[in-house]
Amino acid sequence: MQFSSYQTEGFYDEMFADDGRCRPHVQLVLDVIQSLSDGQLLRYKHAADRLLLQLGITFNVYGDTAGAERIFPFDLIPRIVPADEWDRIERGLKQRVHALNAFIDDIYHDQKILKDGAIPAGVVTSAVSYRPQCHGLNPPWRVWCHVTGTDLVRDRDGVYYVLEDNLRVPSGVSYVLENREVLKRIFPRVFEGLSVRPVNEYTGRLLEMLESIAPRPNGAPRVVVLTPGIYNSAYFEHSFLAQQMGVQLVEGRDLEVAGGDVFMRTTKGPERVDVIYRRVDDDFLDPEAFRADSVLGVPGLMAAYRAGRVALANAPGNGIADDKVIYAYVPDMIRYYEGAEPILPNVPTYLCWRDADRKYVLEHLHQLVVKSANESGGYGMLVGPHSTRQEQEEFALKIQDDPRNFIAQPTLALSRVPTIVDDHFEGRHVDLRPYVLCGKEIYVLPGGLTRVAMRRGSLVVNSSQGGGSKDTWVLAPSEEPQNGGQQQQS
Amino acid sequence: MTQANPLLSRVAESVYWMARYIERAENVARFIDVNHNLTLDLPHGDHDQWQPIVDTTGDRDVFLKRFGHATRESVIQFLAFDAENPNSIHSCVLAARENARSVREIISSEMWQQINTLYLLITSESRRATPSSLPDFCYSVRMACHLFQGITDVTMSHNEPWHFMRLGRKLERADKTTRLLDVKYFILLPSVADVGTPYDDIQWTAVLKSVGGFEMYRKCFGRISPDRIVEFLLLDGQFPRALRYCIGVADQSLHAITRTHRGGFSCDSEQRMGLLRSEIDFTQVDSILAGGLHEFFDALQLKMNTIDECIRGDFFARQALAAGAA
Repeated sequence: MQFSSYQTEGFYDEMFADDGRCRPHVQLVLDVIQSLSDGQLLRYKHAADRLLLQLGITFNVYGDTAGAERIFPFDLIPRIVPADEWDRIERGLKQRVHALNAFIDDIYHDQKILKDGAIPAGVVTSAVSYRPQCHGLNPPWRVWCHVTGTDLVRDRDGVYYVLEDNLRVPSGVSYVLENREVLKRIFPRVFEGLSVRPVNEYTGRLLEMLESIAPRPNGAPRVVVLTPGIYNSAYFEHSFLAQQMGVQLVEGRDLEVAGGDVFMRTTKGPERVDVIYRRVDDDFLDPEAFRADSVLGVPGLMAAYRAGRVALANAPGNGIADDKVIYAYVPDMIRYYEGAEPILPNVPTYLCWRDADRKYVLEHLHQLVVKSANESGGYGMLVGPHSTRQEQEEFALKIQDDPRNFIAQPTLALSRVPTIVDDHFEGRHVDLRPYVLCGKEIYVLPGGLTRVAMRRGSLVVNSSQGGGSKDTWVLAPSEEPQNGGQQQQS
Repeated sequence: MTQANPLLSRVAESVYWMARYIERAENVARFIDVNHNLTLDLPHGDHDQWQPIVDTTGDRDVFLKRFGHATRESVIQFLAFDAENPNSIHSCVLAARENARSVREIISSEMWQQINTLYLLITSESRRATPSSLPDFCYSVRMACHLFQGITDVTMSHNEPWHFMRLGRKLERADKTTRLLDVKYFILLPSVADVGTPYDDIQWTAVLKSVGGFEMYRKCFGRISPDRIVEFLLLDGQFPRALRYCIGVADQSLHAITRTHRGGFSCDSEQRMGLLRSEIDFTQVDSILAGGLHEFFDALQLKMNTIDECIRGDFFARQALAAGAA
């Protein structure tokens, strides 16, 4: 397959510059792909699909009863991030996660940032994800966001923007690790001559971080992963992470609180648990503290957590900073807590609770992307340019009904990467979700999940909405000075 | 087994059932295959051969209610592909995979892949408008199940969950061998007139083949004789599908789980299993036949059900912990 007829169509393309020439850092990969004999790439593609199906790397789709599991479509052409671009992303993410932790800790203690007026107090207390139950809690190292999966996008100008922070129970990292394994197995030649930074240290780092927050510093802490169960859309990932870390995967019904400690039920009787990497939302964690009708949770878990008998990652209550209205204030947080300008900018955001913003949003629905403050996974959202008149009218009513719950952003021309479509390449829009671990120190996995909107022209990359993924390569800094004509983006 | 890795009760129950379902699917596939083969040897028009197969899986009433009359087509549909029959190959494989999915981090990746391959085989076959050849299908299912056992034995530590799997597998196997013998003996014995005729031998050979034991039986006893077949399938200590062999191995696994010395017991399931094992170890086929084979099977079913309930109570049930843990 050749790129001769490939068009960038005015979008920022990750592989080709506007003049049609390939970006220098992808030249080697392009050469390998173009040197394949006719049909070879498609044969690799089928082999990869078969492998994914056989490996059972699937996700569940809510509200879809016909065949509840699907494979996450995987495109063989990698998305490649040069070292200097990555360096900026990594510094930007560390700065952001540091500020977010400081913010959450402040909100559940003195609320200095609200008293100083840097963020309006009403915005915080009106958030659905605000948890008064978490006031006064002191998680180790004052860290509330142990695992973060920030969504980054690039606009037509090639600049990386932060789209969402995903602090609560971010998923997708297992696909990062599995995509790399599959690509190495199916198409090893494409790696030749490049030094791609490995991603497989992630689970080791995760386990280290989890052990570091154990409430009793002595001895070997018992870490478990808490899953809602096999019908959760991310169950594969929960099980994968537990397996790779060599720890137990538990459901709420496997745990019980007794004498203030948390125990799991085993064939030999109860065993104490020290650290829970929970992949269950706050609301369902403990029916005594949060939603009383939750059957997934563990009664008394929050009391044990509050008493310092068990550690939870991520910390309950951290969703306050994940609210899409609070998101708009993250650059202010960075200035307030870090005393610096944000390295990674936000996407400009209109807050519908402000009268002027709301007026503008209602008049420009056909141009904007509107999101509800508390949903994720592409649910509860309107992509203006791709919506019908009727959908816009429905959203206008929702916004007027509950302005606090809606934000709007300009429709970004997300960057594109060549993707195999039938028997040729076409540009498809992508985003990038890097993963950040935070214990005593902050670690950014060199790689991430590149999600692809597989349908032509579509901007929605969520797996639940038919998105796929690509392997994401972060190149190691080169030891020799690079060629002259290299184009510098962002 | 190392102390360091305690086993969740839920996980123990899931691996136990995963193994049972795979074993069940394999047995049903073999029963169908052998019976199909047998009908080709019998005089034309002899259609009564299919009902007994349904009886051996213990689903006679459900089947008659839904299908009325046992034909080749209805029985194969019911036992192989029927999603409403929890004991069909289709349902067993789905249930095994569902259990495997919930313990994926416990079993090896190769085991998961194999169970997934089996699942894909079954679902693609169920979707076909015209089924592929029945012998081919049964053969693929059996081999996929065998491969799963083999992969299990060489890719997974022989740790506590492995012993729960072996326990489930052996109890299921003992159950299937004895049910088959019960049904077939009852049908074949009255036809005394046939004794010594080629049809009689063909029928009894089919019984042996249904549990893959024809060749091994020949090596032991040579001539086909109902009493010797009963002896072989119940009391042989070396044939892996014989009742005595299965119960012996199940007993070993139970002791490996509790780490109690064999010859003693630490819980109800061990006691019941030990009683059954010694009964079978020290009995003779003549005394079983003298007491009535069917009566022996009824009593055996009761004992095996009790063992199953005791295992659930001793290891799987989620008792309140508060007293023990506080």
